[in-house]
Amino acid sequence: MQWDIVIGLEIHVQLATRTKIFSGSSTAYGAEPNTQANAVDLAMPGTLPVPNEQAFRYAVMFGLAVNAEIERRSVFERKNYFYPDLPKGYQTTQLERPIVGPGYVDIDLSNGESKRVRIHHAHLEEDAGKSLHEDFHGMTGVDLNRAGTPLIEVVTEPDMNNAEEAVAFAKKLHGIVTSLGIGDGDMSQGSMRFDVNISLKPKGSDTLGTRTETKNLNSFRFMEQAIAHEVDRQMDILEDGGRIVQETRLYNGDRDESRSMRTKEEANDYRYFPCPDLLPVVLDEAFIEEARNSLPELPDARKARFQAQYGLNDYDAGLLASDSKLATFFEETVNLGKDAKLSANWILGEFSARLNAEEKAVADSPISGAQLGALVTRIADNTVSSAGAKKVFEALWTGESDNVDGIIDAKGLKQVSDTGELEKMVDEVLAGMPDQVAQYQNEEDPKKRKKMLGGFMGPLMKASKGQGNPKLFNEILQKKLGG
Amino acid sequence: MTISRTDIEKVAVLARIQVDDEQVSALEKDLGNILDLVDQLGTADTDAVEPLAHPLDAVQKLRPDEVTETNQRAAFQAIAPATENGLYLVPRVIE
Repeated sequence: MQWDIVIGLEIHVQLATRTKIFSGSSTAYGAEPNTQANAVDLAMPGTLPVPNEQAFRYAVMFGLAVNAEIERRSVFERKNYFYPDLPKGYQTTQLERPIVGPGYVDIDLSNGESKRVRIHHAHLEEDAGKSLHEDFHGMTGVDLNRAGTPLIEVVTEPDMNNAEEAVAFAKKLHGIVTSLGIGDGDMSQGSMRFDVNISLKPKGSDTLGTRTETKNLNSFRFMEQAIAHEVDRQMDILEDGGRIVQETRLYNGDRDESRSMRTKEEANDYRYFPCPDLLPVVLDEAFIEEARNSLPELPDARKARFQAQYGLNDYDAGLLASDSKLATFFEETVNLGKDAKLSANWILGEFSARLNAEEKAVADSPISGAQLGALVTRIADNTVSSAGAKKVFEALWTGESDNVDGIIDAKGLKQVSDTGELEKMVDEVLAGMPDQVAQYQNEEDPKKRKKMLGGFMGPLMKASKGQGNPKLFNEILQKKLGG
Repeated sequence: MTISRTDIEKVAVLARIQVDDEQVSALEKDLGNILDLVDQLGTADTDAVEPLAHPLDAVQKLRPDEVTETNQRAAFQAIAPATENGLYLVPRVIE
């Protein structure tokens, strides 16, 4: 049987405010446990929340960036449940009048098409603390530093139909959040967490199937794997004539396994009601206009600019523009390196591969955009071959030196581009290979000739100790051998 | 409107309140009366009335994003039943 996959996402984004959403406690990451949890965060009797203006500004900026309606009068509700890392016994959140109303984001797919994913709404809420389940004499440890950290929860419509679309949306949203500067987007620290709602329905059917929710996916790769895993799981059940239970599941990326966390039927009664401690928050037009005016360049606009300003193709521009830090790095590189296509190739090739291999973010890169720019300049002006450039890159990366020209000199990577010198080498090499020369000259098939030409390159590179300019060698060879 | 014993038991579980059979009978009556009153209120025509989020006709004041709180962990943990390494300890939570 053929199935349609239906995917909706819920994304929690930690906002990069200095303080919590309802108290003046710091939100700095990595502090000693409970040193940033004050009376409000601990739910001490008699305390009252006072909302952080910056959290509203960030939420409004987000709403404007995803083409959404902004709620001028938003209201907070209490979502009641008991858990030790939630000292109040309820999470202060928004249900009926969230600050960000319906909007949309357009995503680019690998087949070159674009797809619109609708956003149902986004609301402001507080994060919970952290429970540490390591054994404290049979007890659980609770750190409330994170309790009260402002979040926006973004809820999409079920508009995605496969893992590629879901991941493309997630990456796009990540790019928007980091470009706006409203969140650091560091998924490994939980600054952005994805919950995926998945259901299957018979191909072409209008009726949605029962969905499951897979929670807290903290990398794009795990998200893709978790979707594939859950689709397979549901398909197996349905094809065996079983039925899907609406439940929350936890995915273990290291083992590619998932397990049920709780079934909605028994636990999901949160008894929402309006929070009597908080009045409605009314935002005036001036506040919203100010937020609109503070919007930086967003990924879509940046992509268009990269294409127009640097002549990049759609694919390269899209990749570079998607991440604000990568985009800045590219502009630093091209600023010095001039050759935009070559800069893009190096950033999306060697540089990105190296970051991925070492699981580093752009911000942690040991080399700067300016250094890569200096290297690109030397590739473009033929000072180094691409093989030599890789050695320079390696030396920059490992911190051996931070000076591109210095590395080229020290390692003797300078290409020989003096045609007189190169011609001499070609003459010598050809003189030592009379059979191959004759064979080449008797060959009529241009394809085979081209291949045979390559046979002379090895000895030439050897003769030049790897420093001959391959492009010039090629030209000289063709001239000497008669085309 | 009436409220059933099952409803009361369910709400009690959600609120982590222990009630015995006798209390459930009393609650059945009391909560039933309250819900009757709510039903009576529900008969009022509110089509033209905006739902009220808060009884005060005022709007929320917002606070600038500045750190105003200092670390007072020692004071807070002095009244906690159990702490270790700066953590509050609670009976083990099993998921």
